[in-house]
Amino acid sequence: MKFRISISLILFLLLTGGNLSANTLTICSSCEIKSIKEGISLAADFDTLFIKKGTYKEFNIQITKPLTLLGEDYPIVDGEDKGEIITIQANNVTIDGLFIINVGTSYTADYAAIRVVESENFLIQNVVLEKLFFGIYLEKSKNGKVYHNKIIGDAVDEYNSGNGIQLWYSKNIEVKQNIVQHVRDGIYLEFSDNIIIADNTSANNLRYGLHFMFSNDDIYKNNTFENNGAGVAVMFSKRIKMYNNTFKKNWGTAAFGMLLKEINDAEISGNTFAENTVGINIEGSNRIVYKNNDFVNNGWAIKVRGACYANSFVNNSFLYNSFDISYNGNLNDNIFDTNFWSDYTGYDLDKDGIGDVPYRPVKLFSYIVNRTPETIVLLRSLFMDIIDFSEKVSPVFTPDNLVDANPLMKRPK
Amino acid sequence: MLKILKYSFYDLMRSRWSYVYFLFYLALGFVLLFLNQDLSKAVITLMNVIIVLVPLIGTIFGVMYYYNSKEFTELLLAQPIRRSSIFLGQYFGVAGSLTLSLVLGLGVPFALYGLFKSDAIWNFSLLLITGAFLTLIFTALAFNIAISNENKIKGFGYAVLMWLFLAVVYDGLFLMSLIVFEAYPLDSFSLIATMFNPIDLSRTLILLKLDISALLGYTGAIFKQFFGTNTGLVISLLMLLLWTVIPIWRLSYKAKRKDF
Repeated sequence: MKFRISISLILFLLLTGGNLSANTLTICSSCEIKSIKEGISLAADFDTLFIKKGTYKEFNIQITKPLTLLGEDYPIVDGEDKGEIITIQANNVTIDGLFIINVGTSYTADYAAIRVVESENFLIQNVVLEKLFFGIYLEKSKNGKVYHNKIIGDAVDEYNSGNGIQLWYSKNIEVKQNIVQHVRDGIYLEFSDNIIIADNTSANNLRYGLHFMFSNDDIYKNNTFENNGAGVAVMFSKRIKMYNNTFKKNWGTAAFGMLLKEINDAEISGNTFAENTVGINIEGSNRIVYKNNDFVNNGWAIKVRGACYANSFVNNSFLYNSFDISYNGNLNDNIFDTNFWSDYTGYDLDKDGIGDVPYRPVKLFSYIVNRTPETIVLLRSLFMDIIDFSEKVSPVFTPDNLVDANPLMKRPK
Repeated sequence: MLKILKYSFYDLMRSRWSYVYFLFYLALGFVLLFLNQDLSKAVITLMNVIIVLVPLIGTIFGVMYYYNSKEFTELLLAQPIRRSSIFLGQYFGVAGSLTLSLVLGLGVPFALYGLFKSDAIWNFSLLLITGAFLTLIFTALAFNIAISNENKIKGFGYAVLMWLFLAVVYDGLFLMSLIVFEAYPLDSFSLIATMFNPIDLSRTLILLKLDISALLGYTGAIFKQFFGTNTGLVISLLMLLLWTVIPIWRLSYKAKRKDF
């Protein structure tokens, strides 16, 4: 096994380095090379800097040639709050196993712990960042990987804190298995296309766990977003695929599991929305398919604000939400079909698994709460149940064509 | 007082209605858990039952017991016993036996379905505490109505009306006033209005546990303070206590001055 690994390593070096002269330079406090900057200036292309355990008080480390920075037992790189710490301006750079702390805070420059500028084929992995402003900042870069990093911020206010992982005008990047906590936006994408975001955990952030702006054709799957100030925001983007993510415990007056604004042709399936004030808030979004999602114990499972066309909600489970759906304006051509609703009280005489009576997901009470928010204190009162029932029998206030004509009797698999 | 309490209590424990009441809750508990294995979901369903049914039964039972044992009461009045002990003894006898039926009737099935190992135990005990409070409050209110009305039919009528008012009509008026005055800031008003109805109060107390995510959707510092911290829980419990103490105090006050 070891033999095979070393062979593949050699092959790798042969293929990527293209020359056999790739050296390893060791950096430690008692070595010849005492600082990372010194190491970089001495290194030739495709060398590896092996950084031993210790504290390196350095900032503004510029990597301008293809190098591998490999840390042993998480050496600490302390920026002493003076500015940016590592800037990568070359292709094929790998950063592995560093512990970077104390990034400088600035109101004019976005100092990052690691910034990648106009580079390709980079790999940033096993890095731990603490006390940061911006964490990993990818700027006009392509074909890279951000893998298995841990970013723990200490953000208090939105105006003087940065984002955990930020992608700006970047393409074809994989962001996987990262943990981001206590920063402003956990993961932020702006003008970034073809990005894969998978298996990350983004929790306790001030604003959004994940934030899309003007980014198209991205996929995010199997991520967990928990207790973020406002959940996850997907805005002004096209063809985003969202699979099997978990959104939970986003509580507050402006907190959503997921906020969709001006999103077109997206696909949202297999996600779980649990215990959010609002599961999904939808505004001006068209042609989105919602399929096989679970909405459990939310205040509102779905809030539809208007200007939404041709969305379809199929095979979702709505379980024990205070309100299933709140709807402003007309139904338009949105479709609710074959969902499972835990509040459904109909019957299924022909035993085909589909209820014989249509289900109306919008309650009168939800309409009243929309109008006068204070009435929320009357939630679950007997009087409300009575008027909800009478409204159900003959809809007057709620849109009468907003029905699920084929409600499922059992939860879809 | 203890002797009369004991007498009333055992008298009621032997009566058929206590058993019916107990068996009803037992059946309800088992059926709910049979249909739905999830304890916390069963707690939600039970809440809806408890905040409507417990006050109704407390009211009816209280009035019925007072009128039925009137002759016995008059006999006791002839004895050298303090009046407050007679009436309070009877009251606690009724309320105590009802509470016991409720707690045992619901407690047994839930305990058998593994309540003590589940994290629903806090929600469930909160449910039982509110149930007990509601029994105490509504029995006391019923006794108050009965002691003020010699006429049985009138007494029953008032008692049922009171239940109807607090369970349904109050919320209707509350809702109307919220909608009519929607242009004004209403958050403190709505919280205070909740305090003036023990049924709403119990509902709020349970909502605090179950629907916290929806309650926090409203923008308002007072709501946030009330629902987001333990303040709501403490204030609601204190108000429930007040709601229990005041009718009991009025009962003993009235009993002392009533001419039989």
